[in-house]
Amino acid sequence: MLSADLNIILPEILLAVYAMAALLGAVYTVKDGAASLLTWLTSAVFVLLAVWIGINGAGTNVAFDGMFVDDGFARFAKVTILLSAAAVLLMSEKYMLQRDLLRFEYPLLVALAVVGMMVMVSAGDLMLLYMGLELQSLALYVVAALRRDSVKSTEAGLKYFVLGALSSGLLLYGASLTYGFAGTTLFSGIVTAVSGDISLGLLFGLVFLLAGFAFKVSAAPFHMWTPDVYEGSPTPVTAFFATAPKVAAMALFARVVHDAFGGIVGEWQQIVAFLSVVSMFLGAVAAIGQRDIKRLMAYSSIAHMGFALMGLAAGTVFGVQAMLIYMAIYVTMNIGVFAFILGMERDGRPVTDIYALRMYSKAQPLRALAMLVLMFSLAGVPPLVGFFGKFYVLRAAYEAGLGWLAVAGVVASVIGAFYYLRIVYFMYFGEEGEHLDGKMSPVLWTFLMGATVVLTFGVINLFGIEPIAAAAAATLVN
Amino acid sequence: MGNLLSLTTFIPLLGAAILALFLRGNDEAAQRNAKWVALATTVATFVVSLFILFGFNAADPGFQFVEEREWLLGMQYKMGVDGISILFVMLTTFLMPIVIASCWEVTDRVKEYMIAFLLLETLMLGVFMALDLILFYVFFEAGLIPMFLIIGIWGGKNRIYASFKFFLYTFLGSVLMLVAMVAMFVDAGTTDIPTLMAHEFGSETFSLLGIQILGGAQTLMWIAFFASFAVKMPMWPVHTWLPDAHVQAPTAGSVVLAAILLKMGGYGFLRFSLPMFPVGSEVMGPLVLWLSAIAIVYTSLVALVQDDMKKLIAYSSVAHMGYVTMGIFAVNQQGIDGAIFQMLSHGFISGALFLCVGVIYDRMHTREIDAYGGLVNRMPAYALIFLFFTMANVGLPGTSGFIGEFLVLMGIFQVNTWVAIIATTGVILSAAYALWLYRRVVMGDLIKESLKTIKDLTFRERAIMTPLVVMTLLLGVYPSLVTDIIGPSVANLIGEYDTATAAFKAATAFASN
Repeated sequence: MLSADLNIILPEILLAVYAMAALLGAVYTVKDGAASLLTWLTSAVFVLLAVWIGINGAGTNVAFDGMFVDDGFARFAKVTILLSAAAVLLMSEKYMLQRDLLRFEYPLLVALAVVGMMVMVSAGDLMLLYMGLELQSLALYVVAALRRDSVKSTEAGLKYFVLGALSSGLLLYGASLTYGFAGTTLFSGIVTAVSGDISLGLLFGLVFLLAGFAFKVSAAPFHMWTPDVYEGSPTPVTAFFATAPKVAAMALFARVVHDAFGGIVGEWQQIVAFLSVVSMFLGAVAAIGQRDIKRLMAYSSIAHMGFALMGLAAGTVFGVQAMLIYMAIYVTMNIGVFAFILGMERDGRPVTDIYALRMYSKAQPLRALAMLVLMFSLAGVPPLVGFFGKFYVLRAAYEAGLGWLAVAGVVASVIGAFYYLRIVYFMYFGEEGEHLDGKMSPVLWTFLMGATVVLTFGVINLFGIEPIAAAAAATLVN
Repeated sequence: MGNLLSLTTFIPLLGAAILALFLRGNDEAAQRNAKWVALATTVATFVVSLFILFGFNAADPGFQFVEEREWLLGMQYKMGVDGISILFVMLTTFLMPIVIASCWEVTDRVKEYMIAFLLLETLMLGVFMALDLILFYVFFEAGLIPMFLIIGIWGGKNRIYASFKFFLYTFLGSVLMLVAMVAMFVDAGTTDIPTLMAHEFGSETFSLLGIQILGGAQTLMWIAFFASFAVKMPMWPVHTWLPDAHVQAPTAGSVVLAAILLKMGGYGFLRFSLPMFPVGSEVMGPLVLWLSAIAIVYTSLVALVQDDMKKLIAYSSVAHMGYVTMGIFAVNQQGIDGAIFQMLSHGFISGALFLCVGVIYDRMHTREIDAYGGLVNRMPAYALIFLFFTMANVGLPGTSGFIGEFLVLMGIFQVNTWVAIIATTGVILSAAYALWLYRRVVMGDLIKESLKTIKDLTFRERAIMTPLVVMTLLLGVYPSLVTDIIGPSVANLIGEYDTATAAFKAATAFASN
C-alpha cells in the first residue's frame, strides 16, 4: 500500500531529493562555483520531469487516503509549471551571473518552490494544501530578496513575506472553520458534507479560503503586494513570479472550489466573479500611468488573473478548461515578454523604463516586431493566441449565465489595450531616444522568438492543447 | 481549383512573407525591389480573383466556392462568396495594385510599409470571404494592427493621437460584437454563418433592468453588432475617429481606409444584422434611417467649413456612407442594391479623390485649401481628372455616384418619405462643398508664388487614375454589371427577411391598433 502511494508521488519525491542532495553537495564542495551548472541541471530536471509526467501519467490515482490526487488536471498544471520554471531558469542564468547574483541556492530554491507547487496542485486535503503552499511561499520569499544589498529587493522580500504570512493566516483561519463545520479536512469529505443550504460558519470559512487564494493569484482587491514585489525583485525572479506560481495558485483555486465546494457553486461563484471583475478593471486602469515595465507587467498580470478567474467563475467543466488554456497562453506570453525585458540593457545595466524603448524598431527591427506581437497578444487582438484565451473564458462565462461579466471583461480589455499599444507606440512611432544595447544573449533571443512564433502560429490549432485541457478539466469537475 | 478563395486570400500574405524573409538592406535598389514585389503580388491576387468572378454563377443566391476545414472548439475554417460579398472581394483586389503604385515615392521604411499593406489585403479579403463567425472576427479585428501601424508610423504630424483613437474606438465597438458572437455561439451551438442565417434567435420581448426590450435577444445582439459596424462605417455620431485618421494617414492609407475598410461595416450589416436578427433590424431600423439622414445633412454641413482637403473628403465619406446605411435598412430591392452599388462606387471615387489630394500634397506638402488656387493653369490634366471625380462624388448622371444615390433614394422613398426628403438635400449640399472645394483649389488665377513651378501629373499618376476613371464611367453607364450579380442574393435576403419579420410585424400592428 505504502509503496503504491509513494509511487504516485514519485516525481515530487525525486525533485525534493534532487534539490536537497544538490544543496548539500554544493555546500560542501564548490559552493557558488557550481551555480551555473546547477541552473542548467535544474532546468534539465524540470524538463525531464515534465516529459515524464506528461507521457507516463494516466488516469486518476489517489494516494494517502485521498490526501494526494494525481489526475489529468494536476498533470496539466504540473507540466505547465515545470516547463515555465525551466524556461525562467534558463533565461535567468546569464543575467544573474553578470550581476553577481547567481548563488547556487537560487536554482535549488526554485526547485523547492516547484515541489511546493506540485504538491499544491495535487492536494486533496486542506493540510497538504497548506504544506505545499508554504513550501512554495517560503522559497519565494527568499528569492525575492536575493539581491541582499539592494533596498528595493529586500523591501520586496519583506513585503512579500509579511503580506504572504497574512494571507496564509487568512487561509488557515478559513481552513480551520471549514474543518470545524465539515468535520474533515479531506476535500472528498468536505464535498459530501457541504451541499444545499450551508451554515454561516462554513460560508465564512469558504470566504477566508478564497481571500487567501486571491492573495496568491494576486487578484484585486488582494493585489497590493504585486507591483512592489515585481519591481523590487531581480528581473528573472519577477519573471518566475509572473509564471509558475500563478499557474499553481490558479490550479489550487480551481481544485478547492470544485473538489471541496463543488456542491455549492452558487455560493462561491459570485465571490469569484467579483474578484474577476475588480481585477480586470484595476489591472487595466492602474497600469496606464506606469513607466516601469516591471510594474506595468504586474498590473497586466492582475488583469490577466481577472480573465482567468472569469473562466473559473463559470463553475463548469468548460470554465475550467478555458481557465487552463488561458493560463497556458498567459505563461507563454509572459515568458516572451520577460525574455525581452531581461534583454533591456544600457551599458550592461538593466533598464526598466519604458521610455528607453523609444524608436527601438529602428535599432532592432526583429526584436521590436516580436515585442509588438507579444503586446498585441496580451491585449487580446486576433489573430494572436491571446485572443483565443479571452474568447474561451468569455464563452465559459456567458454559458454560465454571467453575461454581464463577459461585457465587463471586454470593456476592461479595451481600456487595457491602451498601455500595450503605448509600448508599441514607443517602439515604432515615438521620438528618437537614447538607444539600448544591441546585444541579447542567444538564450533570451530564442525564448523571445519562440514565444512569438508560438503566439502567431497557434491560430492554426493552438498546438493541440485544447483537447488536453478539456480532458484535464473533465477529471476535475464531475 | 477547390481552394481558389484561400489562394486569393493568402497570396498577399505569401508576398509579405517573401518580403520579410528574403529582402535585405535599405538602399534604393532594395526599396525598389520591395515595391515591385508588392505590386506583382497584388496584381497576381487580382488575376487570381478574376477566376472567382468568371466562375461565379450569378443566378445562384447561395454561397459558392465553399471551403471547409476543422478548426478549434467546433469552429471551422470556412470560406465562400455569394452575390453580396464577391464584388467587395473584387473591389479589394482591384484597388490594391493602385494603392501600392500610389506609394511609389515613399522612402521611409519601404519594406515594412509594403508588408503592412499586403497583410492588410489578406485580412480584408478574409473578412469578405469568411463564413465562420469567429473566423470573420479574427480577420475583422486583425486588420486593426496593420492600419494602426500605417497611421502611426507613416502618418502626419498628429498621427499618434489619430492612431490611438482609431484603434481604441474600433476595438471597443468590436469587442461588444464579440460578446454577441459568443452569445450566438452558445444559443445556436455553431459558428457556421449559413447555419446561423437560418437559425431563429429569440425575439420574445423581455425586460432587462426594468427596461422593456422589444424584440428581445435579437435586439440586444443587433445593438452589439451595430456598435461594431456603426463605428467602422462610420455613422454619426460615432464617426469622429474617421476625419482624424484620414487626415493623419498617408495617402495610400487613406485610400484603403475610405475605399475598402469602411465597406466592412456595410458588408457586416448585410451579412449579419439583416439576415440573422431580422426582428432586431425591424425594431431598430427606423433609428438607423434617422441617424443616416442626420449624418448626411450634418456631415455635409461640416464638410462645407473645412479648410483641410482631406478632412473635407473624409466628412463627405461619412455623408455618403449615410446613404449606404439608409439603403440597407430600407430593406427593399432598390435600397440594398443601391447601398451595395454606392459602396462600390464610393470605393472608386473616394479612393480617387484621396489620390488627387495626394498628388498635390506630394508636390506642396500641405493640405490647406488656402495654399492652393489656379492649379488649372499649370496642371490641366490634373484639373480634368479632379473635376471628373468631383462630379462623380456629387452624383452626376453618367457616373457611378449617381446610380448608387438614386437607387438608395428610390428605395428609401417607399419606406419613409420624410427621411428621403431630408436625405435628398444632402445631394445639394454635396454639390455645394465639392464644387466649392474644386473652385478654390483648381480654378482662378495662379497667383501663389509657391505654385508657379508645380508640375502636372506624371505618367505613373495618370496610369493610377485611368482604371478608376474607367470603372466610374463604366458602372455609371452600365450599372447592370453590378446589379445582375448582386440581384439574386439581395432578393433572397429580402425574401427571408420578410418571412422572418412577418409574424412580428403582424403582432406589433395588432398591438398598435
